[in-house]
Amino acid sequence: MFESIQSVPLNHYILFCSLIFSIGVIGVLIRRNVIVIMMSIELMLNSVNLLLVVFSVFHGDASGQVFVFFVMALAAAEVAVGLAIIMMVYRNTRSIDIDILNKLRW
Amino acid sequence: MTIFYFVAFLSLFFAVMTIVSKNPVHSVLYLVVTFFTFSIHYILLNAQFLAVVNFIIYMGAIIVLFLFVLMLLNMNKDSEPLKSVLVKVMGVIAGMCLVVTLVASLKFMHTSPALEITNPEIGLVKNLGRVLFKEFLLPFELSSLLLLTAMVGAVLLGKKDKKKI
Amino acid sequence: MLDLIWLIPLLPLIGFLINGLARNVIAKNVAAFVGCGVILFSFIISCLVFNDVYDARQLGEPASFTIPIFDWFKAGSLEVSLSFLVDPLSSVMLLIVTGIGFLIHVYSVGYMKSDEGFNKFFSYLNLFIFFMLLLVLGSNYLVMFIGWEGVGLCSYLLIGFWYKNSSYASAGKKAFVMNRIGDLSFLIAVFLMFFSFGTIEFDGVFSQAAGSMAGDTTLVLISLLLFIAATGKSAQIPLFTWLPDAMAGPTPVSALIHAATMVTAGVYMIARSNIIFTLSPVIMDLVAIIGLATALIAAAIALTQNDIKKVLAYSTVSQLGYMFLALGVGAFTGALFHVITHAFFKALLFLGAGSVIHAMSGEQDMRSMGGLSKKLPITFLTMLVGTIAISGIPPFSGFFSKDEILAHAFVENKLLWVGGLLAAFFTAYYMFRLLFLTFSGKFRGTLDQEKHLHESPGSMTIPLIVLAVLSVVGGFLNVPAALGGSASLAGFLAPVFAESTALAAPFHLDHSTEFMLMAASVIAAISMAVVAYIRFVKNTQLPAINQQRSFLSNLSYHKFYVDEIYDYLIVKPLNALSVFFYRIIDKNGIDALVNGVGKGINESGKGIRLLQSGNVGFYIFLMVLGAVALLLYGIYTV
Repeated sequence: MFESIQSVPLNHYILFCSLIFSIGVIGVLIRRNVIVIMMSIELMLNSVNLLLVVFSVFHGDASGQVFVFFVMALAAAEVAVGLAIIMMVYRNTRSIDIDILNKLRW
Repeated sequence: MTIFYFVAFLSLFFAVMTIVSKNPVHSVLYLVVTFFTFSIHYILLNAQFLAVVNFIIYMGAIIVLFLFVLMLLNMNKDSEPLKSVLVKVMGVIAGMCLVVTLVASLKFMHTSPALEITNPEIGLVKNLGRVLFKEFLLPFELSSLLLLTAMVGAVLLGKKDKKKI
Repeated sequence: MLDLIWLIPLLPLIGFLINGLARNVIAKNVAAFVGCGVILFSFIISCLVFNDVYDARQLGEPASFTIPIFDWFKAGSLEVSLSFLVDPLSSVMLLIVTGIGFLIHVYSVGYMKSDEGFNKFFSYLNLFIFFMLLLVLGSNYLVMFIGWEGVGLCSYLLIGFWYKNSSYASAGKKAFVMNRIGDLSFLIAVFLMFFSFGTIEFDGVFSQAAGSMAGDTTLVLISLLLFIAATGKSAQIPLFTWLPDAMAGPTPVSALIHAATMVTAGVYMIARSNIIFTLSPVIMDLVAIIGLATALIAAAIALTQNDIKKVLAYSTVSQLGYMFLALGVGAFTGALFHVITHAFFKALLFLGAGSVIHAMSGEQDMRSMGGLSKKLPITFLTMLVGTIAISGIPPFSGFFSKDEILAHAFVENKLLWVGGLLAAFFTAYYMFRLLFLTFSGKFRGTLDQEKHLHESPGSMTIPLIVLAVLSVVGGFLNVPAALGGSASLAGFLAPVFAESTALAAPFHLDHSTEFMLMAASVIAAISMAVVAYIRFVKNTQLPAINQQRSFLSNLSYHKFYVDEIYDYLIVKPLNALSVFFYRIIDKNGIDALVNGVGKGINESGKGIRLLQSGNVGFYIFLMVLGAVALLLYGIYTV
């Protein structure tokens, strides 16, 4: 199976990851539901993970994959805390619409 | 080689579906499929350990968290307000700008489209574990501290306020 | 004794510090004791110094000693040190300043006894004496300038002494501002001197100036600037209007500063710089003309004034005009002689007027006085002596000094002599008018004032008596050869003016002409005295308060409207300019600029604040745009 990916150019991988990242950015910008925004952020993190692995394979260095490991741990922690915050916000304001949650304005 | 392109296409398709579906539960499910495709990518690159870890953490833990929260908040299609069209268009344009910039930078960089897999040994659990516990021991321990903090924080945040008299 | 010369100015300075710093703690007696005591010591040391100089002159030496005190500063090629020059001229001035200063200090003890600012008054008086001594003793123009400015400052402090009255304070301000105009001129002259001669020490400047041609433009400029400075300090046209207003100060101040010492600083300065002036004949003519004009105009104004101190003030301006006339015609010794005799009788007259005012409980208008000769006998007698002296009636001192000036003026230009004689007519008339209005006839004041009339205490009358004696015998300092005298003052002062005398036209006047000139002035004085007697004593009908005046009399009473002219020509335009600067340039221009910066930041802040909408989506949008911009920047520059 591994021989079949011998001929994928690196640029294609980079392009692919960039596209996923941009889709995550667009998701953050156009959705009003906070949870969906958090999911888009997860999407962005994943694209970066993939790119890191690609490059670690490209350079033959294991550090890239170790870094991905840490990123995943971090993502898990972030989701836990973020969702807890969203729960608190919902309890207080009964809404998770990001346009309504604008108390930090001037 | 074609596997890569096919799986890549699937990832892109389901990622787009994630961000455009109106029902948040549908979004979560599409996200699961996207993560699955990502795991396949990892396997294609012989990062076996990471593929399994991706499967477990993301699809097992994080998505479950999302689903639980969605159920607690009782989200369904009706209560989801949408942004105005102008804002959506602006957002899409901003994203497209980002894509174009990244692609253009790619063209500028003239990175050589080199081939892959020089050392198929890297992704195996044994080797990865060796590197992890030798060079990256400190970040490893620190990340455990991080997880502890996150846990404590999440528990505290989830508690109900005691009623003040 | 010459090595103790530094004590002479130091003692009054110490008196100033003690009285000034401890003015709220020490008793009035102590302050008076300290204030008068230091001046007495300075006078004693000045006498000893004069003795040394006199002995040296008797031996025929030029008797000019320079005593350095300390090095002051060096800046580039300018080296200035504080050093004193003791020579016949400065030793004579020392005696005048400390002697008459002491008498006036003693007088002030009695005059200011009930004033709450007694200690402050004595500290100011001591400070004034200190600066005047610096002025007289300095051996270079800069030390003289310190004294010059310092006496102007003390004049301001003392004129506005009763500062709670705003018109008195304004009079002090007026004096200071007019003096400052002269000071500016002095300073420019010093700059010019340094630029041309490279030094500002007297001997350096004079020796270099003596080598120049007569009429050299640099010398003309320097002497012109020095003369303008002198007009400011010695109240000549056009800067004389501060002196009558300065009568707002207490009478001892008027006596000391505005009669005997400060106003003679200009005369002293020109006498000291005589070589520069002699080599600029144009300026000498200017000095003479301005001196004569001042003498005439001030005497004309004094004819109709009703305030006793104002008459004396204008009289001072007029006599100063005489001194400048003397300087202008080259009679340097005559000018100095008149300084000395004028100090005697003018201080006497002012102190006597103070005694009268003291007895009249503060009343200064002569129309409310009259018949005071019985109640104030000593004052009357001494003022009579002073009036006779100032009118130039022999053998009192004024006759000798005035005659010397008129004789020199006659030799120079007959017209100058005619003008001087006319001023002598006026002088006699207004002085006797003052005497008769105050002391003869019936008392015209209120009943309250009449009850209060009393002779002044001893501390006030003793200086009067001393000054009266000096006014009588002072003339014998310089009796001219025509009357058989030896002109001792002229001989004493000869080395100071030696170079000027050598350059000027020699003074020849045969004795018969001189007798005729003397007779003319004496007849003028006596005749005007008789006219005043007839007008004010025999003819007891005095002019009413709101009398109809003739045109000339009106002009004289309103002081020739000089103050109003100055106000219209100078003060109002300056005020308008100042208002313009304030409103347009300061408020609308600079303030608007500075405030505008603040306002601009405020407004821009208001605008930028709108970005903080609290909308997280908007923030992320901007972040993405920022990231894109950075990437583009990275692509196109790296």
